[in-house]
Amino acid sequence: MRVATRTRTTGRSGGWTPWLYLAPALVVLGGLLAYPIQQLGLISVLEYTQAQVSGGEPTSFQGLGNYRALFADPQFRQVLLATVLFAAACVISTLVVGCALAVLLTRIRALPRLALMLAALGAWATPAITGSTVWVFLFDPDFGPVNKVLGLGDFSWTYGRLSAFALVLLEVVWCSFPFVMVTVYAGIRAVPAEVLEAAALDGASQWRIWRSVTAPILRPVLVVVTVQSVIWDFKVFTQIYVMTGGGGIAGQNLVLNVYAYQKAFASSQYSLGAAIGVVMLLVLLAVTLVYLRLLRRQGEDL
Amino acid sequence: MSVRPAPRPSALRFRRPGRLLAEAAALLTAALVAFPLYWMVLSALKPAGEIQSADARPWTLSPSLDSFRRVFGQQEFGRYFLNSLVVAGTVVVASALIAFLAATAVTRFRFRFRTTLLVMFLIAQMVPVEALTIPLFFLMRDLGQLNTLGALILPHIAFSLPFAIWMLRGFVKAVPESLEEAAAVDGASRARFLWRILFPLVLPGLVATSVFSFISAWNDFLFAKSFVISDTSKSTLPMALLVFFKPDENDWGGIMAASTAMTIPVLVFFVLVQRRLVSGLGGAVKD
Repeated sequence: MRVATRTRTTGRSGGWTPWLYLAPALVVLGGLLAYPIQQLGLISVLEYTQAQVSGGEPTSFQGLGNYRALFADPQFRQVLLATVLFAAACVISTLVVGCALAVLLTRIRALPRLALMLAALGAWATPAITGSTVWVFLFDPDFGPVNKVLGLGDFSWTYGRLSAFALVLLEVVWCSFPFVMVTVYAGIRAVPAEVLEAAALDGASQWRIWRSVTAPILRPVLVVVTVQSVIWDFKVFTQIYVMTGGGGIAGQNLVLNVYAYQKAFASSQYSLGAAIGVVMLLVLLAVTLVYLRLLRRQGEDL
Repeated sequence: MSVRPAPRPSALRFRRPGRLLAEAAALLTAALVAFPLYWMVLSALKPAGEIQSADARPWTLSPSLDSFRRVFGQQEFGRYFLNSLVVAGTVVVASALIAFLAATAVTRFRFRFRTTLLVMFLIAQMVPVEALTIPLFFLMRDLGQLNTLGALILPHIAFSLPFAIWMLRGFVKAVPESLEEAAAVDGASRARFLWRILFPLVLPGLVATSVFSFISAWNDFLFAKSFVISDTSKSTLPMALLVFFKPDENDWGGIMAASTAMTIPVLVFFVLVQRRLVSGLGGAVKD
């Protein structure tokens, strides 16, 4: 009996209908995502340069040769390290700023809240490339207001390695904290007020309320924004490319993405570029698996 | 003697002085966050002599539209603008429709491989788009899409789908099953239910997801740079912006005017969907 009921309510198989609904998505994802990933893997184990692309020379199988060459290259190792550190700095700064402001939003009246919300939406809406140009202009040694206000004279932010990374970090945090702020704010608002008031009536301290009531409800939200931030910040391209002029002086500000692009499209070493892409893919896959485990532990019904 | 009501216990609010301090901090932060945008618009409106002058003033006494005239006087800028709108618009509509159908399939039906598919969509979200530039370049070449808008549209549909499906799932789930049964009793076909009842109910969710697909397509810089090389009439706004970067001296007025023109459509879009965005994110989160 129970089986029969289940079939009617939640257990509807619908025959071919679900697959019909899924067909467009599967075609698009298969053709434009799965197939390119497979091709990426393939190119990364071939010798594939301008000569092979134009058909001048036959492609040859390299096995893991490209990867060996990559990891033997001190510049690649340096770029890999820089990417991880830079992404970590961006993620941590974004989360701290976004969460702090989300909490602030819950403590203020409607008008200042609207002001902060609108400013944040403005930063969020700004396309990466225009955000990059504006920030470079703000910090321009000759015409920018920041050096004037800080009394830095004609200090060039993009000249030094760390100051250039710092400048890009500021822009990245500026345009990505709003997502964290809005999402966490929505999460806090979803905590039922009665529960909080009941806890307060029972004499629980603010800290106790946060730890025992708010935090557990917010945990899935925090997981989502953290994972999204890791993914976005690990593959920053436009900001680095535009703000440091393609990777900084002598490539000092390269991150994996820009490095792969330079290898593939500037020097036609497609297989090396593809191998860098595979490395990125694997790093993000690892992040995803951690995320999946977290979801599973929370008992998320997939 | 009147009995004053006991102060309402509130876990959410600071006492008064604390709140005023918090509000001052919020307003200061808002000003700081908005400043780059203010400076962008201001610089776009400054006359050429003032913007390149040594003392950068936070106002201008003689606003001028010269920079905008220079930008739009450039033949291609209007065309690039239109191209960007076409690309982002197509991506938003196509991925919303495809994602709606897919999200319905994975929430309203139980079938084999359903969980597998969901996990695949989740993993697909994480794929770094940028890493696929090389194979996509060859794929677009083989499809004859290089130097066309298709090369910018197709990949972005694919990239925005997994996130859109994942996010819409919560919205479709929230529509009670009984509604579908009632519709069936009333003799509505499944297709009718899908488009006349489910679709309007899920619309707020679609709005929230379309923000993300719009931004990803509108911001695209890498693909425009890599896939549209020889026929620049098919290029998009980010490439138009680069024209104003010159090796000897950047035309900052032009750059800021072009940046302003590029930001305004997204800003308008955001303001229009602002409410729905916050409630949409809340809905997805509550799920």
